[in-house]
Amino acid sequence: MAGWGYSLNKDRQIDFDANDRSVYFRVIGLEPSLGKCISCGSCSATCSSAVFTDLDIRKIFVLLSRGELRDLKKHLDDCMLCGKCILVCPRGVNTRNVILTIRKELEY
Amino acid sequence: MEFDLFVLPFSLCLLYLTVYLGITYYRWFKALPENERSKARQYALTSRSLSAIREVFMESLLHRKMFRKNPLLGYMHMSLAFGWFMLIVVGNIESRIASGTHINLPYYPIFFKFFHHQKDSFPLQAGFNFIMDLFLLMVLSGVVLAFIKRSRSRLFSLTRTTNHTMVDRAALFSLWAIFPLRFLAESLTSAQFENGHFFTHNAGLVFSHFLPVSDLMYPAWWAYSTALGVFFLALPYSRYMHIPTEVFLIFLRHYGIKTTRSDNAFSKFEIYSCSSCGVCIDTCQLNAVFEKNPVPPSYFFKKERHNMPDEIALTSCLVCGRCQEACPVGINVNGIRLNARNREEIPGKGGFADFQYRFPKKSKALYFAGCMTQLTPKIKRSMRKIFEMAEVQVYFMDEHETICCGRPMMLSGQYGQAEELIRKNKMIIEESGADLLIVSCPICYKVFVDDYNLNLRILHHTEWINELIMEKKIILNQNDLKTVYHDPCDLARGEDIYKAPRQVLKSFTHLAHNEYDGRQSLCCGGSLGGLKVSFEERKKISEDALDRMKVASSDVLVTSCPLCKKTFDTVSAVPVMDIAELVAQSMKTKKANNKPVKETRLENQLKIY
Repeated sequence: MAGWGYSLNKDRQIDFDANDRSVYFRVIGLEPSLGKCISCGSCSATCSSAVFTDLDIRKIFVLLSRGELRDLKKHLDDCMLCGKCILVCPRGVNTRNVILTIRKELEY
Repeated sequence: MEFDLFVLPFSLCLLYLTVYLGITYYRWFKALPENERSKARQYALTSRSLSAIREVFMESLLHRKMFRKNPLLGYMHMSLAFGWFMLIVVGNIESRIASGTHINLPYYPIFFKFFHHQKDSFPLQAGFNFIMDLFLLMVLSGVVLAFIKRSRSRLFSLTRTTNHTMVDRAALFSLWAIFPLRFLAESLTSAQFENGHFFTHNAGLVFSHFLPVSDLMYPAWWAYSTALGVFFLALPYSRYMHIPTEVFLIFLRHYGIKTTRSDNAFSKFEIYSCSSCGVCIDTCQLNAVFEKNPVPPSYFFKKERHNMPDEIALTSCLVCGRCQEACPVGINVNGIRLNARNREEIPGKGGFADFQYRFPKKSKALYFAGCMTQLTPKIKRSMRKIFEMAEVQVYFMDEHETICCGRPMMLSGQYGQAEELIRKNKMIIEESGADLLIVSCPICYKVFVDDYNLNLRILHHTEWINELIMEKKIILNQNDLKTVYHDPCDLARGEDIYKAPRQVLKSFTHLAHNEYDGRQSLCCGGSLGGLKVSFEERKKISEDALDRMKVASSDVLVTSCPLCKKTFDTVSAVPVMDIAELVAQSMKTKKANNKPVKETRLENQLKIY
């Protein structure tokens, strides 16, 4: 059946009851500007690391806010902290510090 | 040897202080890595020690740098330090001559006037009395100034003075009390035994009119001894720990020992050498943001001493280095602050080494724009134009893909990952075989120069453009623009490059001077060092900086850092340009080869002719 062209999609339901949003709330407490994010993706578009890796800052923020923490840490490590994303953010989110804060929070 | 009970507070506390300091310094010195300690042993008996002694005299006693900051402030520190030092030295000589022995107990010279009443009992007694009175007067004038400084700090060019902790205050009050009490005790003694000179003698005469001199004399000596004792007790736990520590610091610094990223042990000496003089407080631009600004080193070090790091002081600092520039003790503030950030380093998985970078072909010269320059394409375009005009073949290293230079990682204390980025970039640069690296971003430039150990010439584009103009490889049209040049922190303070850009601008525009030129420059507010500074706070800092530089009166604000440009651009009413843009705009096309200046956009290997 494998080469037949059909497969089962993975379930994309977001289960807020099962997900852990506490990290998101802790991060937003430490870096309130994250609350202003509109997921426009400017940060991802300008990202220097994204050329080399799967790092997608917008996705990270969205996953974090949904409490889907599984792949977060792996991607966060690809960030070079160059700070370009702060400059392009139309909402003034301190993206670099959000990433540092998430790293710290996930560590504990 | 004469003795009286009242010397006990002084003597016992001095003994305690000596033992405490001995143990503390021994432990700090032991904590230094072996190779650093061997430096101290190696150089101890060389001329380095002599120059250290000279510096101790000039800075710790005469406070030369303080005089430069403000003469009144300098005099205040000098009179207290040098005056007190001379009282101790002259007092020791005097008492030794008087007693005819070589060894004295430490209290004897301090309370000499109490024990020694006879007139003309040793040679030059009147002269000694005169000198001792003179220095006592000098110290007292310093105490008066210190007192005035608490309420009228503007006289001393300080808009704010440091806030004190409880122990600081105890030490401060006892310090203020020491010399008036000494003056009182000596004057009262002189009123009885006439062993004073112009100052204490006359004061004694005045006191004798309305005070019961013989009753008060003995308690005054007790009070003097107690004030000294309290000061010695409080000293190790207060900011006055800087008095003995700075001497050690100066010696160790002369032996070449520094705070480095891998070793933080030396910073103990530096942190405790901070006198909280408060010179740094006014320099901190975060004053524009915080009501009570905890960021200046005076406060940051205080928290560090007690191992209670202040979160804001740690994360909000812009690492612009203005405080370090102003510090009269010359403490490596930025290094210590970044090391403190590094304490919380989260070891990342990294993996930067695996980035699939397209390697450059062999090239004589490289151009590294840097991440930030990617966001200011005008700078890139201008640089290309200049490359074309100067007919220099340059390989544009990060045209398509940038690997960060590593400095932003360092600024956030992530040394381990910064190392990895540095290794990767270094490999790319070395692979190219170039002997010249031109960098557009001062942030990158600093780290290339300081940490890469590259065996090639590294130039910031301001320097390079200046060279091109000197060599007449590019010729600029004169114009009537009134320009203000803003020095980026990492370029001016970080790497001492502020003459080249000014030369460039002077050669074809009217460059205005302001008090924030060169190493005194202001931070634009965009610094990557400020981890937690919000967008609104940055804006305030930028506006404040533009105000202070009086940019509004000029036609164009010129800078040489893409980040400064971008930051100022959002708040400035005056157009902001990079020096490369202005130069590229004003270039004369050469007559000899009338090639039109045209932008080339080639894939992969960029050929710029």
